[in-house]
Amino acid sequence: MYKYDEYDASIVAARVEEFRDQVQRRLAGHLTEDQFKPLRLMNGLYLQLHAYMLRVAVPYGTLNGQQMHMLAHIARKYDRGYGHFTTRQNLQYNWIKLEDAPDILAELATVEMHAIQTSGNCIRNISSDQFAGAAADEITDPRPWAELLRQWSTFHPEFSYLPRKFKIAVIASDTDRAAMRLHDIGIQIVCNDAGALGARIYAGGGMGRTPMIAHLIKDFVPFADFVSYLEACLRVYNRHGRRDNIYKARIKILIHALGAEEYARQVEEEFHAVKALGIDPPQAEFDRIAAHFAPPPFEAGAPDTVDRSDPDFAVWLDQNVHAHKAPGYAVVTISLKPIGGIPGDASADQIDVMADLAARYSFDELRVTHAQNIVLPHVRKVDLYAVWSALREAGLAEANLDLISDIIACPGLDYCSLANARSIPLAQKISARFADPARQRDLGELKLKISGCINACGHHHAGHIGILGVDRKGTENYQLLLGGSGAEDVSLADITGPGFSEDGVVDAIERATDVYVRERTPGERFVDTYRRIGMAPFKEAIYG
Amino acid sequence: MVEFLRYRDDEAHDEPAVTLDSFFGQSNATAVRIESGEDVRALLPHLDRIALIEVSFPSFRDGRGYSTGRILREAGYQGELRAQGDVLVDQIPLMRRCGFDSFAPNAPVDADTLAAALDRYDFRYQAAADPIAPVWKRRHG
Repeated sequence: MYKYDEYDASIVAARVEEFRDQVQRRLAGHLTEDQFKPLRLMNGLYLQLHAYMLRVAVPYGTLNGQQMHMLAHIARKYDRGYGHFTTRQNLQYNWIKLEDAPDILAELATVEMHAIQTSGNCIRNISSDQFAGAAADEITDPRPWAELLRQWSTFHPEFSYLPRKFKIAVIASDTDRAAMRLHDIGIQIVCNDAGALGARIYAGGGMGRTPMIAHLIKDFVPFADFVSYLEACLRVYNRHGRRDNIYKARIKILIHALGAEEYARQVEEEFHAVKALGIDPPQAEFDRIAAHFAPPPFEAGAPDTVDRSDPDFAVWLDQNVHAHKAPGYAVVTISLKPIGGIPGDASADQIDVMADLAARYSFDELRVTHAQNIVLPHVRKVDLYAVWSALREAGLAEANLDLISDIIACPGLDYCSLANARSIPLAQKISARFADPARQRDLGELKLKISGCINACGHHHAGHIGILGVDRKGTENYQLLLGGSGAEDVSLADITGPGFSEDGVVDAIERATDVYVRERTPGERFVDTYRRIGMAPFKEAIYG
Repeated sequence: MVEFLRYRDDEAHDEPAVTLDSFFGQSNATAVRIESGEDVRALLPHLDRIALIEVSFPSFRDGRGYSTGRILREAGYQGELRAQGDVLVDQIPLMRRCGFDSFAPNAPVDADTLAAALDRYDFRYQAAADPIAPVWKRRHG
């Protein structure tokens, strides 16, 4: 994975000192809270209901064991002994003191980590496929492209005060594990007829109160034009995106108003102006970065068979382990969704366990997934049983990946100052209702996503089953949605009808899954059945 | 505390800046003010007779002026480029990178804080409108 050189280290160290100075000026009263807000946000520091929340960047979701140990250390020293992995592949702490934040950033910098641009109206931390470098179906590792964008977007002088936040995802396979087309810009690295790699660019996707799927705006951008093209995309948005209404300020609204073709035309025009400036890094820089992502030294001839004699292990193996590109290796996903637990939370001790397992069994690499789980990307098949045994001891061996209890949930009203309703207790109730592992497996792939407000941090628009928490005359109320997807079969979920109480929505979900079980044809997932038979039978069962 | 900053050696331009609309009606005007949201590209054919372009920042959150500055410098504008309005000390280093070389902030800025901010970073990742070589150029010559 990427290692800092003297330039990266210098820039991150300077950032720590800059933020220390800004915090001191705030505490001394030289900055108003209004003036300080964009500065702290660009360092991932939010003022929440009870305390400051600090969001640490995990660029494209990749980190090593030492970095993971640091996350555990910070959880113990500055927070309450746990952290929350987010849908942006980052980690956030919920109980931070403002005056500790500069010291935390300084500790992070010792392991090449930071909180740069994890919030604020700027280009956010770049996200990617959590199986990058390991997936059997990728055409190349997308992370060198993502790292190049990390550097380009860091403290970009023109794009630090955009109309609104800006999220970019990069993938390199036809299977979309990163909700690529629900980003402001989604990038798929593809191979053209001449055998060259380039970027296919989608723009104008997003969730929030106006969910939209990104449009294809450019089929192939070669590396030589990559930065210029993105610079043009951002410049058109920075100049013409709406600034009069924060709910209409995302690029999706601009592209919807202009039309994707007209936006693409304006980008093309801008690109021709920008291309002449010589702002594209040379191929040598791409090669330098890509060398950091060279495959680890996989053992030739590692055995390709796994002893399935322990039935509990076999269940986990079938559910949480994916095919790897190297023979004899596998990709392990560690579920952070124990039945009745808080989705995405991990204790400092669990974070340490995962770091140790990565060091011992996965070439010291881990990934954070947008579904709030952790991946060990390169595990020898012969080591899978030992990994599973250690995970089980740490309470991390839930065999529920992509099942109904593998819930994405935002922090909700328990923590977030924007939320209208709680997400966590609802997630806990749903997973308790569907706790029976055999029943979950019978229901099959079922992506359930909960947001505690219209901002959709819990991706409810992209859930096979989505839940949106709203405030109805002072009481929490939950809308149910069906039929969304953030994957390559991307779609936006439809609202079933009037909302429910917390217990009522759990009952409604159960009635929806009953319809699926009754109506499904062999091999059909919940979302496939919904797409085939439509809303009516579900609505009838839910409200009937 | 400093109320006006100028990073140029030539003599300050004291002609009042006219609006973009009136600029096109007055062939002798040499100073123009661009409001946020106005299309600066309309000025590009006339840059050689302009000595001062003042770009308005009505709110520190309104970042359109950063693009305005870069577009002017990319088009070869050599005159004074002034940021006027809700310009905060932590923004001036970014504005310098976008080509601004004078500043008329609504509220005076602390000179020491500004000096520290301008001196903070030894390296920059990306190319912009300033002459600083981006990190990738330093890496590869």
